[in-house]
Amino acid sequence: MSAPLVPNLFAVCKVLVAAILSIVQQLIYASSGPIPPLRGLGDFVGSDPIVSIVTWLIVVTVVVLWVTVINLFTVMWVERKLYSRLQDRYGIMISIWSLPFWPFNRVHRPTHKGLGYLQNLADGVKLIQKENITPRNADSAMFHISPVLIASSTLMVFAVLPWSSGFYVANLDLGVLFMLAAFSLAPLGIMIAGYAANNKYTLVGGFRAGAMLLSYSIPMVLAVIALVVSTGTLDPVKIVQQQDRPIVLGGTALPIPAWNVFGPQVLGFLVFTVSMIAEMERVPFDIPEAEAELVEGWTTEYSGMRFGIVFAFKWLRMLAASALIAILYLGGWGGPVFATLSVGGIPVPIVPEEVWFVLRVYLLSAFFVWLSWSVPRVRIDQILNIGWKRLIPYSLLAILVAAAFRVIG
Amino acid sequence: MPEFWINMGPQHPMTHGLWNMKVKVDGETITDAKPEIGYLHRGYEKIMEVREFQKNVVLTDRLCYVSSITWSHAYCLAVEKMMGIETPERGQWIRVIALELQRVASHLMWLASYGPDLGLLTGLLWCLRERELFLDLIQLMSGARMNQNYPRVGGVRNDLPENFEAMCKRSIEHFLEKVKNEYPQIFQESKVFRMRTEGVGTISAADAINWGVTGPNLRACGVNVDLRRLDPYETYEEIDFEPQVWHDGGAGDSYARFECRFNELNESCKIILQALEKMPKTGPYRVKPPRRAEGEGYAKTEDSRGEALFFVIGDGDDRPYRVKIRSPVFCTMAATPQLLRGNKLADVVSILGSVDVCVGEMDK
Amino acid sequence: MSAVAQPVPEVTGRPVPLIEKEVLGSLKAAFGSKLTDGKVLRPRHLAVSIDRKDLIPVCTYLKNTLGFEHLSCVTAVDWKDHFDSIYHIENYYNGCMVQVTALIPYDDPKIASVTGLWRAANFHEREAWDLMGVEYEGHPNLERILLPTDFKFHPLRKDFAQEVDRQYITRRKLRGGT
Repeated sequence: MSAPLVPNLFAVCKVLVAAILSIVQQLIYASSGPIPPLRGLGDFVGSDPIVSIVTWLIVVTVVVLWVTVINLFTVMWVERKLYSRLQDRYGIMISIWSLPFWPFNRVHRPTHKGLGYLQNLADGVKLIQKENITPRNADSAMFHISPVLIASSTLMVFAVLPWSSGFYVANLDLGVLFMLAAFSLAPLGIMIAGYAANNKYTLVGGFRAGAMLLSYSIPMVLAVIALVVSTGTLDPVKIVQQQDRPIVLGGTALPIPAWNVFGPQVLGFLVFTVSMIAEMERVPFDIPEAEAELVEGWTTEYSGMRFGIVFAFKWLRMLAASALIAILYLGGWGGPVFATLSVGGIPVPIVPEEVWFVLRVYLLSAFFVWLSWSVPRVRIDQILNIGWKRLIPYSLLAILVAAAFRVIG
Repeated sequence: MPEFWINMGPQHPMTHGLWNMKVKVDGETITDAKPEIGYLHRGYEKIMEVREFQKNVVLTDRLCYVSSITWSHAYCLAVEKMMGIETPERGQWIRVIALELQRVASHLMWLASYGPDLGLLTGLLWCLRERELFLDLIQLMSGARMNQNYPRVGGVRNDLPENFEAMCKRSIEHFLEKVKNEYPQIFQESKVFRMRTEGVGTISAADAINWGVTGPNLRACGVNVDLRRLDPYETYEEIDFEPQVWHDGGAGDSYARFECRFNELNESCKIILQALEKMPKTGPYRVKPPRRAEGEGYAKTEDSRGEALFFVIGDGDDRPYRVKIRSPVFCTMAATPQLLRGNKLADVVSILGSVDVCVGEMDK
Repeated sequence: MSAVAQPVPEVTGRPVPLIEKEVLGSLKAAFGSKLTDGKVLRPRHLAVSIDRKDLIPVCTYLKNTLGFEHLSCVTAVDWKDHFDSIYHIENYYNGCMVQVTALIPYDDPKIASVTGLWRAANFHEREAWDLMGVEYEGHPNLERILLPTDFKFHPLRKDFAQEVDRQYITRRKLRGGT
């Protein structure tokens, strides 16, 4: 079993914050010679409540930055590069060699032939400097609130999502339930966006989105119920720990870990994956944002960074969905540790749990990207057909199968 | 919710070209449709009365800018019928090769725009990559990739260059392998693609003939009509090819139209290879037409989209008295309300994409 | 929903030789004196001229009896002393094309519409009305199709100035000078 790089994010941050705040405290004490009341401030700064509050803030900031800066940029890069290569072209190419200052602007190096990692940052800067237009007859409050709704509900998923057995903001006993609920808040924001923009295209797009997302939430939850029947817990850390043992087949232990996808949950895995593709609004289920018919669907009227937020959170939802699938079915962060270095007495695993988890997440994202760019999109009534008439019976069957296996042994 | 009219266009990613499609929807089902065209009307028939016969080829190129040689060739054929002259044999064979190359390029452009309409953006890039091969061949032959000004009244502008045959065979061999192996993987064998196109936009054969639908759209309804066989022009009688007709019961839906047009890619390549073998190696490719002409002549050719008809009346002057352009897309546009009624709003792209609209020839 | 009475039988797709003489013969037999001019122009192409009042009987005969089911094109020509409405009708069974020219007097540019027989005439007749000003009686929806709906002229007529004539109108001339 692998070991985490960060055994307990809260504890690590607390140590760091306590160190920094104690330095600040000493500074305040040292400079409080002429001003005696500052001693009280020094006591206040070094006290427990302040350290806890600052630790919480730092933990949340670290996780949000980890998700939105490092992971988001990487998954956007993976998608754009992968689908460009599928289409037999180079893809995005703006990298540090495009920066206009020394040492990157050397004369004989082409600026637009790099790896492409900074392209997304450049696109973000472009979107920020654009004008944010609000249509005149649109419902202004709702129009402005809905990107915030979508963004905040998605970030709440990441508040509970563990990236290893120690790297999380909070670990709830009902973590999976909380994540699914936060995931399903976005349809509300989408329908509000479609309705508030006062545009026939967005209205149609918003209704389609609402119909599709609500009808695919049901098989998603039912598949997780099938999982819960055999795991007995909704805690994501415990679910991953349960998958860490090898499979026992007729008395012999195979060298294959007992991921949930290898057991009776395979049907649930398929149902959950298909529902997640619909929840992420990816092709083949991206009819709400169908470019060819509805211009941009429910995001038509958004411009500038509001569009940037909505668009970026589509990718973040893909990250969250891949992470959920990895935790529930693919063994989370399990994997061998190849070596353990000892740095100043602290053991540092060479391939820590975070790396295994992030590897799974990116491979799943690459699979979703590959799927998206190879098939056309499905029509809305066909999507609803699949959701109600095929996925729900399969998920009920998955529950039955899981219960049967639980009873048998 | 009451029914309301949605404007798809004139500025819309789906409408390739500038026209407006008003659809009346009841929820998601279409109850009525009304096409509004004329945004690209340039007054061709009036302009062509002012210029001499040969100078009008520059204009007819730009009628349908995606397949320009076919339109200029139809015009030259009509003028030749009116004057009573005939192109020499090598000129006719060169014309056949040019027409079929242009047909492949036009069908690839249609395919490149049909994929993204349905959500399959990879199709755009793959088809445009292959289209480059044919545009290179057309450039080798005539000097330009688009709006080539290549056909002349009485022949073609210049002979084929020396390395044309070798390059043509190489490009076609590469292309045929792609058509057989790569394209069916994302189009015909994709279950989602068939779900989107089968059963939508059906029209019966009798209705199609009555509305004046021609070309691959008509062959998809099961009617075995190809103007290269029914009313042969140039040297099509000596070439062995097969018009692609949909055989499994007259379906007339989007998938049948797609399949008929897709299979024509193969047939056109066959025609080009046969023409390269059968044509005389040397010989004149052009005759000098008389300057003034009187009479009337028409030419019916099988354009990539259907039956293109040019009717030219001359009254003894060196410019035409009246030119009438019959565009296949114009007639198919009249049939679109019937094609669209009863389908869902999301099928509009699938149906109109499979009909292959080119607004330049529709609006003249 | 379909206006066609009988279903479409199998089409071989090849032309039948010398069919144009038979078609001309049967037209002359049926209408005789009403055809002002009937001749074979080229293989598989014949032309007849009629007066405008005989249009519907001739077209009905062509469609129902002789099987000319495809209306290719409706053209309107302005000959300065009369109009012509030219119909190109094609037969899918034998590859023959009939060109029917109907004479219309200049000061009364009206003629019956054939949309009842071939629905393909719908858009063509609208275009002829739009550009040439020939009115088709019985058309379900005769309004402008290519030009804007509030355009006042019929541009394809010979008395509507050509572009080369219109180019050299100076502002002084427009204001009424020379």
